[in-house]
Amino acid sequence: MSEVKFSKEHEWITVEGDVATIGITKHATEMLGDIVFAELPEKGSNVDKDGSAGVVESTKAASDVYTPVSGEVVDTNQAIVDDPAKINEDPEGSAWFFKLKLKDSSEMDSLMNKEEYDKFAKENAS
Amino acid sequence: MEIKKTSLNKLHQSNNAKFVEFAGYEMPIQYSKGIIEEHKFTRSHSGIFDVSHMGQLFIYGDESLTEELEKIFPLDLKNLKQNCSKYSFLMNEDAGIYDDLIITKIEKGYLIILNAACKDKDFEILSNLLGTKFKMNLDNNRSLIAIQGPKSVEILNSIITGVDQLNFMSGNWFDSDNKKLFVTRSGYTGEDGFEISISNDKAEKFVENLIEKGAQLIGLGARDTLRLEAGLCLYGHELDINKTPVEANLKWAISKSRLSNGDFIGSKKIMNQMNDGASQIRVGIKPEGRLIAREKTKIFDDADRQIGEITSGTFGPSVNGPIAMGYINKEYSKVDTKILLEVRGKKHPAIVCGLPFYKKSYVKGVN
Repeated sequence: MSEVKFSKEHEWITVEGDVATIGITKHATEMLGDIVFAELPEKGSNVDKDGSAGVVESTKAASDVYTPVSGEVVDTNQAIVDDPAKINEDPEGSAWFFKLKLKDSSEMDSLMNKEEYDKFAKENAS
Repeated sequence: MEIKKTSLNKLHQSNNAKFVEFAGYEMPIQYSKGIIEEHKFTRSHSGIFDVSHMGQLFIYGDESLTEELEKIFPLDLKNLKQNCSKYSFLMNEDAGIYDDLIITKIEKGYLIILNAACKDKDFEILSNLLGTKFKMNLDNNRSLIAIQGPKSVEILNSIITGVDQLNFMSGNWFDSDNKKLFVTRSGYTGEDGFEISISNDKAEKFVENLIEKGAQLIGLGARDTLRLEAGLCLYGHELDINKTPVEANLKWAISKSRLSNGDFIGSKKIMNQMNDGASQIRVGIKPEGRLIAREKTKIFDDADRQIGEITSGTFGPSVNGPIAMGYINKEYSKVDTKILLEVRGKKHPAIVCGLPFYKKSYVKGVN
């Protein structure tokens, strides 16, 4: 499995073969607070890099989830739809959002590594 | 304009509060445990809320004060006993609501608790209506602390002996630490609880004392989910200048004895709406599944006609599901009516339901 990469919209992504797994970062969940609703893209649909690919809602507000790369949605994590609190519990592990068949693996190049993301998140923390 | 701070600001900071600006004040939206934990702790134990941003208006005068206030508020103030409180509204001639408030009869006058965002305008309106005959003081030297939840009576009574003898919607002056506190048994969560008016210099120590006894600080985020589960209105959402108490389904707050004469501001409109009904009315709304319908979500019928709008919507931690309130055309306001909510371009099923979502446990028969 590849190194974990991160987007400026606070998604994480790992790649195995040509399939990417995407979720939201721990830092994102800390900013959102208690997550009470999750909506995921439809299996079989195509999503474009930086496009909206889901929604999470906390008690306070709704936020879009963006996909950091383009591709076809091959799997979604129904467990977080049924119990959105799982996203707060294990955001960078079992509470992944969706899996994509990568369209263009070079889209990964512009994403941040862990060190870069941690620095970015710290600077953008509100 | 510089942001205002309450006398508990430092205590909020040391308890890791996340702050937001609310009505010109820096207020805690939540602490480190988060909204859901804070909400549940209030329901099961005892939560402390800093509501010092709200207005505490003391008005003193002779007997003519009651008469003058009856021209403004739709209440039977002549028969209101000293130390008893009523929920009411400040309205314009069209019964549009400037603010909703709690008024308590105290010795030689009244104490009115006003919303933070409305208090300065309310003071101006009331000053114009009452003239200079009465002593009016929108007291900035006092903080207001709410303590809510089933353990609150025990905790507060261990500090201020005798508060357990108060009935819901009544209050009294108490002595504590050589200062006069005004305590009412009231609140905004659907739980038993108290609101304590205390001088600013004593507020921090008082709250630290409550924390020591097992109560915890709760932010405005949980205050909102608690009040929504209890079916209570929030000014600026369910209530505003374009809504009347009848439309807001709050006619229970209008004293029956005041309806025959129509001699308070807005009475003509209120009496008309009481007879003919209002065209739209506030209802509870339960979305199907886990969908959250936020404020301004449009409500449709199955023929694609817009029939209303959501005014507040969130996830209710104690009912463990989404809840909302909104205004809907009268013919759709019956409980169990099926409606549709438009969220992110798609229509989702919901039903009209009774309020509250969470059953209250107010204490009535202490004495």
